[in-house]
Amino acid sequence: MPEPLLVVENLQTHFRTPDGVNRAVDGISFHVDAGETIAVVGESGCGKSVTAMSMLRLIPEPPGKIAGSIRFQGRDLLTMTDREMRAIRGNDISMIFQEPMTSLNPVLNVGRQIGETLRLHQGLSARDAEAKAVEMLTLVGIPAPGRRVREYPHQLSGGMRQRVMIAIALACNPKLLIADEPTTALDVTIQAQILDLMRDLKHRVGAAIVLITHDLGVVAEVAERVIVMYAGKKVEEAPVGQLFRNPRHPYTQGLLGSVPKLGSSLTGTETRLAEIPGLVPSLKSKIPGCVFASRCTYATDLCRKVAPALEEKAPHHVAACHYAIREAVAA
Amino acid sequence: MSGAILEVSDLKKHFPIHGGFFGGTTAHVYAVDGVSFSIAKGETLSLVGESGCGKSTVGKAILRLFDITAGQVVLDGTRIDTMTASTLRPIRRRIQVVFQDPFSSLNPRMRVRDILAEPIRNFGMAKNRADLEERVALLMDKVRLPRDAVNRWPHEFSGGQRQRICIARALAAEPDIIICDEAVSALDVSVKAQIVNLLQDLQKELGLAMLFISHDLAIVEHMTHRVAVMYLGKIVEVATKRDLFSAPKHPYTEALLSAVPVPMPGAQRERIILKGDVPSPINPPQGCRFHTRCPYAFDRCRKDEPALRQTEAGHWSACHLHDRPDAENPLAGAKGADLIAAH
Amino acid sequence: MASSTILPTEANVAVAVPMPDILPPVKQRRGFFGFLRRNPTITIGASLVLLMVAIALFAPFLFTRDPTALAPALRTREPSAQFWFGSDMLGRDVYSRVLYGTRVSLTVGFSVAICASLIGLTIGLISGFIRAADAVIMRIMDGMMSIPSILLAIALMALTRGSVGNVILAITIADFPRVARLVRGVVLSLREQPYVDAAVAAGTRTPVIILRHILPNTLAPLTVQATYICASAMIAEAILSFIGAGTPPIIPSWGNIMAEGRALWQVKPYIVFFPAIFLSITVLAVNLLGDGLRDALDPRMAKRV
Repeated sequence: MPEPLLVVENLQTHFRTPDGVNRAVDGISFHVDAGETIAVVGESGCGKSVTAMSMLRLIPEPPGKIAGSIRFQGRDLLTMTDREMRAIRGNDISMIFQEPMTSLNPVLNVGRQIGETLRLHQGLSARDAEAKAVEMLTLVGIPAPGRRVREYPHQLSGGMRQRVMIAIALACNPKLLIADEPTTALDVTIQAQILDLMRDLKHRVGAAIVLITHDLGVVAEVAERVIVMYAGKKVEEAPVGQLFRNPRHPYTQGLLGSVPKLGSSLTGTETRLAEIPGLVPSLKSKIPGCVFASRCTYATDLCRKVAPALEEKAPHHVAACHYAIREAVAA
Repeated sequence: MSGAILEVSDLKKHFPIHGGFFGGTTAHVYAVDGVSFSIAKGETLSLVGESGCGKSTVGKAILRLFDITAGQVVLDGTRIDTMTASTLRPIRRRIQVVFQDPFSSLNPRMRVRDILAEPIRNFGMAKNRADLEERVALLMDKVRLPRDAVNRWPHEFSGGQRQRICIARALAAEPDIIICDEAVSALDVSVKAQIVNLLQDLQKELGLAMLFISHDLAIVEHMTHRVAVMYLGKIVEVATKRDLFSAPKHPYTEALLSAVPVPMPGAQRERIILKGDVPSPINPPQGCRFHTRCPYAFDRCRKDEPALRQTEAGHWSACHLHDRPDAENPLAGAKGADLIAAH
Repeated sequence: MASSTILPTEANVAVAVPMPDILPPVKQRRGFFGFLRRNPTITIGASLVLLMVAIALFAPFLFTRDPTALAPALRTREPSAQFWFGSDMLGRDVYSRVLYGTRVSLTVGFSVAICASLIGLTIGLISGFIRAADAVIMRIMDGMMSIPSILLAIALMALTRGSVGNVILAITIADFPRVARLVRGVVLSLREQPYVDAAVAAGTRTPVIILRHILPNTLAPLTVQATYICASAMIAEAILSFIGAGTPPIIPSWGNIMAEGRALWQVKPYIVFFPAIFLSITVLAVNLLGDGLRDALDPRMAKRV
């Protein structure tokens, strides 16, 4: 079996702060196959965005420090020179951010911003780059691309800007697209448009997507495989259907239970929302046992003392919980 | 409607846009353009819509954080939008508010005790110092925060805890109605559930009426008795929760329902993806304001503005389609379950 | 959830491999000294300012003599054991004059900073809260700010006679519009804060809102601005004195000392050199303090991850 497109092993990203070392990401491992869409979910501060930034080495060092390995097509991104890294960013791996207004340069027109990556990575001439920019705008469904290509970000609506961001990210035919909360800042009807676009583009462009989000609805709509993060660690990973149908980790169960389901008034399943009591622990002090033990209703002394390893609880379904039921896994 | 604690009729708020050399008014933002609804005692009415539809402006207008352009706001039979600032001040006690951002909703230089004591002192509700302390302590109990936290500063709390403090401040005035302006939108999923449950418990316990302003339809469905959907400064549909979610009678509501991502992988549902963006409230479209994005728009929609009228008992909608026979009306029948994949 | 027949124990569960530390532990320093260590700019600035204050207060005890005592026989001596910084054309001890000059500079700097802040704060609050007053006040402030503040101070000094009090007054008038503009800006943004709306809904009267919710939150930017005003006032005082429009020549101030040494500066540079060095260090110290406070007080600059 060939090596996956991206293999992350024991990734750690820590930050020096005046009041201690913040272990934002502390030993997370996963892989992404070519053309696959995975989602990384978790609440704010769980380390999902830091993971995404670390994958492109966008973490300032210091105060940050990245350890572990991130192998992309067999080469470790963490040992590359800055020059090699720059050749990969925006070309083989590109990123979409949450806030489309601040991610675009306000003084350059849309065509220039799309063309810039093309000229940098593929050595296109100014004229070819603009022609390609128009083509990209057409691809992401922007009406009148010939006119829009000369417009500036402030002339576009939020949804249009996110489409432009996607056009920039896809301009060089990347093999991996990292999308950090791409629809969080958008309205529901615009979010639906962008998700629809992403689904459509996945089939046409064939890039693998790592989707970082807190919205379980978005996960269910676009992801194939899901990684659940809590307090800098991966606590569960499973194919999307299995994760929603049969979550193994108490945190995932709590997360799914705390989201109201649209249509509950029709199906008569209106119940009180499940609460996860308490607060996310501080990442500045080491947690001896399971990171979720302080909020887990099932936690025992064992959980508070011994950190559980990720175990395969069912085929392709791993969770880090001592008490999660283990199905017969072909040994 | 009898038993209404709050009645808003034909509320309008147009914000002037200043420009030009002399700073004169060059245009208006028609943020709220004729909105009417009423809320009964102990009832929750939700105001839903996308950003810029004017739902937050409605909340601020009721709170009289600015003067309204036209219309009436009637609280328990008394008109409050024309009152002077000093006659209004004691009445403010009866309408309280919880805002979206728990970080900017609390003065960073006041301790929790002083934050909670402010409304109690202003409305002269405490008999003496001991009574004041007792009230503050009871408020902390109500929102399930430890009593000794009153001596702490806002920055020592997490987002969810701050939102509890904001709720306690709103409760301190012993209001009849609370306006929740996106009160849970900025919170994390698990914390959101805690606050939603808290609000529901408090409402039941205290018999509060609530105006729940939100863009999150799933939370709204969970929280509310009735729903009013806003688009570009107008209400396009009002109905009870069940009616609205099972049989939406406005194309915009229908599209909103189908656009919400549901946490059910592989769910089979009917999708309506609206084209384009919300037009600017500075220059709203002629005729029906939704016609530029409506999948069913026909000639009349571009000319006449539809009025909000009752299509079924308790179900109001502003759409010309209901003048057509059922066979030609795509909104006839109940198809909510297909839109949101609830089976 | 435990439904397996064998209960998990320490012996039979899979234990996660502990992750190594990749950064050395941070020594946490709490309290006052921790604050100083985390903010070296404040520490350096504040200690230099305190040193200058100490010099001003204890000038008589720092081996000085009467800074105004004339000794025509001992004119323009080079720095020596007798005259540490040399003597000027009238035989006065430059060391003593420079040390006593600290008093004038600091008095002017601190007084202007306090007066300009108070006036600016009042006007800024009025302007930020009363729309009708705002248009008029801010046009006047714009007018005043269109004249370079040192020229305005010189013009004001021309109307009156030289005294430390008048110097303070003139520089204050020239500088307060800057503070007023800053405070107005801060007030306008604070008024939009949800906690102010919540206070209105809680029945708080406008004067209380200003005092309790607006004013305390303007103090941080105001303090920073005050340090910059203090530094620029000290320079302005030196300039006014240097051109003879400031402190009367009888009072030793750094500007006066430099003015007196100007004619001789090519042959006896030390007369100008020492007051200039003191002025530079003091201004630098106050500016460092201001920069440090800005970083420490501005939440956006907080180094949080």
